[in-house]
Amino acid sequence: MFDISGLRHAYDGQEVLHVEQWRAQQGEHWLLLGPSGSGKTTLLHALAGILKPAAGRVTVAAQDLGTLGAQALDRFRGRHIGIVLQRLHLIPSLDIAQNLLLAQYLAGLPQDRQRVDEVLAGLDLADKGGAKPHELSFGQAQRVAIARAVVNRPQLLLADEPTSNLDDARCLQALELLQAQALACKATLLIATHDQRIKSRVAHHFDLGVRA
Amino acid sequence: MNIATVGFSYLRARPLATLLNVLLLALGVGTIVLLLLATHQLEERMRRDARGIDLAVGAKGSPMQIILSAIYHIDVPTGNISWKEAQEISRHRMVKKAIPLALGDSYRGYRIVGTTPAYLEHYGATLAAGRIWQAPMEAVIGAEVAARTGFGVGAEFHGVHGLGDSGGHAHEDHPYRVVGVLARSGSVLDRLVLSSYQSVWVVHAEHHDIKDVSNIEQQLGDDEKEFTALLLQYASPLAVAILPRYINNNTGMQAASPAYETARLFSLIGVGVDVLRAFALVLILSAGLSVFIALYNALNERRYDLAVMRTLGAGPRRLFALLLFEGLLLAVAGAALGLVLGHVMAEVLGHVLKAAQQIEITGFTWVVDELWVVALALGTGVVAALLPAWRAYRTDIAGTLARG
Repeated sequence: MFDISGLRHAYDGQEVLHVEQWRAQQGEHWLLLGPSGSGKTTLLHALAGILKPAAGRVTVAAQDLGTLGAQALDRFRGRHIGIVLQRLHLIPSLDIAQNLLLAQYLAGLPQDRQRVDEVLAGLDLADKGGAKPHELSFGQAQRVAIARAVVNRPQLLLADEPTSNLDDARCLQALELLQAQALACKATLLIATHDQRIKSRVAHHFDLGVRA
Repeated sequence: MNIATVGFSYLRARPLATLLNVLLLALGVGTIVLLLLATHQLEERMRRDARGIDLAVGAKGSPMQIILSAIYHIDVPTGNISWKEAQEISRHRMVKKAIPLALGDSYRGYRIVGTTPAYLEHYGATLAAGRIWQAPMEAVIGAEVAARTGFGVGAEFHGVHGLGDSGGHAHEDHPYRVVGVLARSGSVLDRLVLSSYQSVWVVHAEHHDIKDVSNIEQQLGDDEKEFTALLLQYASPLAVAILPRYINNNTGMQAASPAYETARLFSLIGVGVDVLRAFALVLILSAGLSVFIALYNALNERRYDLAVMRTLGAGPRRLFALLLFEGLLLAVAGAALGLVLGHVMAEVLGHVLKAAQQIEITGFTWVVDELWVVALALGTGVVAALLPAWRAYRTDIAGTLARG
């Protein structure tokens, strides 16, 4: 489903990321492991096409991201990749339903209110469509962020440290939600984390390890 | 959901900043629009009242005062001119039309003008009721005078010496009788009381005991007959170079050119208008600055939002358009409110001035120059949004999200 080869990236001349080879199949669930500063976020950004790596090739859904122009890359990302950011970042001036409609609009897809309601209902947010982000608890806001990431039925669902600030019970809940939503879209799920608690719950692991 | 929805939601999320920007812009636009409306209508009105009058001739004194008193009737005359000299000038071969004016009295602040029917013809006046005067002491009143005093045909009144409400002593002996009411014309006639110049002679012939007013001309000696001013129309363009000089050098009278004096008046008023206009431009400029600062600050608060929109598939051009739209929306709101404000202020000013009987100004009209003001306001909004929009365009997604 995605294929990374010879990927290297450096900040200020210091290499922060080096991945020789990593392949994943459609529908697989992966954990991207490694301590803070091991390049997890950089790798995630490279996979999402929001960061151009210094060297190497990234292919997602049979599309070599390096060959796409800036505009085509933006569009590809909006339609095929869903991202749940660590700090969620919902648009504060829009209500919940509008946040999801915005994802459809910015991806250049038709705005489908029915799909929005369906996704919200699936995440137990049916009555929150008209609420503003600041009116939600963290757990609710995280579910909205997940809803926004899957509303366009992405083929690749990325999540950056989704469980790091949660207690054990909520940590498992969040993981199960991501897995269930990925399953529902038949998306490949990739969770970047240094959280040891969820290691045993995901089949495939890719460890960036400790760098010298 | 589109760029407009998002932009609008951001402006609504910061109501105070939005209101401040819109108000600043509206005040600037409104002030300029008010100035445009007021000066345009004032100039239009003064031009219309002076139309077709090439020269005003009065007693020696300030030419400006002659124009203000003899054409616009908003000042006291410089004095009187001799009937004999006036006759000579009226018969001059370069004079096509001469209208004599005998001034001095007023009624309730409305000037009484002794003249000939040619004065009415000159302004194309039509009667709303009654007839024109045929004998001394018969008067025709302007539309505004009629509305204000409630006088109709048959009403009688006494003139008061001078110009103004409190005025001097009343001329009790010889009352005027209204025989006609003029239709509203929008000219100076609306606020005048008109009669034959013989009426003014009757009222002011203090050394005679006038019993029979109909043959007043015979009862006065030629040296006792006086006019206050003459309004002249040239017979030939050559007269411009000859007649004023001839009058000033060879008679006891003073010639005043309405075109020259009104231009001078406008340039005097113009200094004040320019100061106000500069003030309004400063307002618009500071509104632009305020919009710029608001958008630029908002940009710092919103850099994660912008990065997130990029991850959702928005191209940089979309973010550029979003910021530009917000600037433009503020400008449109400010310009629209400013237009309304300017016209309302003009209408209010019109009502205030109406009480002072000076000039009529209405807000229910518009001038082409207002389009320039609107264009200026919109341009200001766009320019103020350009730099923030450019920064939004350049959003570094990965860097912003990594720090967030």
